Amino acid sequence: MTMATSPNSGSAEQPGRPKRGVPEGLWLRCDSCGNTVFRRQVEKQLYLCPDCGHHFYVPSRVRIAQLLDPDSFEEWYDNLRPADPLSFVDSRPYKDRLKAETKRTGLTEACIVGRGYLRGRPLVIGITDSAFIMGSMGSVVGEKLTRAIEEATRLLLPLVIISGSGGGARMHEGILSLMQMAKVSAALGRYHEVGGLFISVLTNPTMGGVAASFASLGDIIIAEPKALIGFAGPRVVEATVKVALPVGFQTSEFLLEHGFVDRIVARPQLQIELSKLIDYCVR
Amino acid sequence: MRPQNVLPFERTIFELEEQLSKLESEPSTPGTLETIRNMRADIAKLKREVFDNLDAWQTVQVARHQERPQTRDYIDLCCDEFLELHGDRAYGDDPAIVTGLAKIDDFRVMFIGQQKGRTLKERTQCYYGCAHPEGYRKALLKMEMAAKYKLPIVCLIDTPGAYPGIGAEERGQAYTIAYNLREMSRLGVPIICTVIGEGGSGGALGIGIGDHVAMLQFSYYSVISPEGCASILWKSGKFADKAARALRFTGKDLLQFGVVDEVLPEPLGAAHRDHRLMAATMKAMFVRQLRTLSALSPSEILNRRYEKFRRLGVFEEQTATTASV
Repeated sequence: MTMATSPNSGSAEQPGRPKRGVPEGLWLRCDSCGNTVFRRQVEKQLYLCPDCGHHFYVPSRVRIAQLLDPDSFEEWYDNLRPADPLSFVDSRPYKDRLKAETKRTGLTEACIVGRGYLRGRPLVIGITDSAFIMGSMGSVVGEKLTRAIEEATRLLLPLVIISGSGGGARMHEGILSLMQMAKVSAALGRYHEVGGLFISVLTNPTMGGVAASFASLGDIIIAEPKALIGFAGPRVVEATVKVALPVGFQTSEFLLEHGFVDRIVARPQLQIELSKLIDYCVR
Repeated sequence: MRPQNVLPFERTIFELEEQLSKLESEPSTPGTLETIRNMRADIAKLKREVFDNLDAWQTVQVARHQERPQTRDYIDLCCDEFLELHGDRAYGDDPAIVTGLAKIDDFRVMFIGQQKGRTLKERTQCYYGCAHPEGYRKALLKMEMAAKYKLPIVCLIDTPGAYPGIGAEERGQAYTIAYNLREMSRLGVPIICTVIGEGGSGGALGIGIGDHVAMLQFSYYSVISPEGCASILWKSGKFADKAARALRFTGKDLLQFGVVDEVLPEPLGAAHRDHRLMAATMKAMFVRQLRTLSALSPSEILNRRYEKFRRLGVFEEQTATTASV
């Protein structure tokens, strides 16, 4: 379930071509067109490449600001913190890894949830952030999402979950991470039964146990362009089938072509599209 | 008699057993009879010692043993009748998941099980137990049919994982598993799931949402294969033994985490040494659970199942901040 995709902890951190006299971090190298672009300019334009429109990683809090009405976001369950039920140690103890990730990203976990308004429409929103242990789902991500879905069920509010999870179910919490898939999906089952609208937005990357649970269960599934989306990581697939993977394998466009995504929506249109979709389904 | 697949830690047992059978085939004298008696006791003791102390990686090797009983063996040994039902009505019939109507004692059930295959031909057809989306779709279709006719469902889990191939991705492996998770949580009939060998992540969970989840003593149930975990976190599949220990995926730990409700003891020397006894233990569990769960109403079943999975997870909840609406 846990996928090995390129550790993407923010394309923002990949070093561009070294340039003399330029402070580090001022420039970004675009993964798509390869141009070196001014970071501030990218950030100003919804984290899009000014040259080719490539969709860079967006931190979850910035995503909230991009989508929701100013100051309308009320965060829920931000008091949940990961534990270490397995006392897991690989190259370093999981506890240390968690501390380091928190320090690096400013996040306490890979997911934030809450309620807010999108162009005046009330909704419950959840975002998984691929910067924190590859956006992988452990107990906290599962619990936050489940509680948010249960609240959406109780309040009969539309639900939007934006997934950015290269890591799928988090290995460091073992089987309990796998069980979060069941827990969140069951909560979505109850939400579905009361007629709740769930729009799932897939961003780069959405893989493994996240793709194989809530991210795929939207009534409407939207993907940002050229995101990597799939069950098994491309390297695992390649190693299994031992042939070269088709061009564009596991991209948003590939999923659209095969019938698993409703619409591909570029970031500048995302907010307005979501509001339109909500208007069709919610009265 | 000596099987082809002897695990390293079984070697001494098999050597002793060979000596014993040689001794038994010779004309017996009072002396040999006593030796035989002692050897038999020694072998039993050794088996117990070895199998009581298997570590996680050794357990994986037992769980993957080629002669370990598979779904079709259990169907033969536990069911008085089996009417196989094929196909997902959309793409094909995946042999990696066997589905059909079955009689277990007095109960009529829908029997679903992952099949790895015994012969090379069967193993290739089943992709060694790695199902494709059509397999998961078939399983859910038959389960929905069972729910319509109020038949309980029995699921046997035995897969290294859902198949990671190009076709599987094209046909929506992630979506199909996700959909199964949601829909299995909504079926108002008893579901009994048993991990009989490998419980490989999403591929296992895709037929694993049940009211009673059991596993066999030498099976494992994990978020990722030990090799996969090792190649990501230890940068090489060679450290699978380390990953296996770190992942805490054998019966004892899973019982403690509340992920499984019961660990079924295996015959002395593990299930591959005695298919019949293993099947009898499992059948007794089926009957026990079918009796208990059949007494519940559909809404009781659904609520219990929801709460069972709702509880799972370990995290800390800090009290200082407010966190409700």
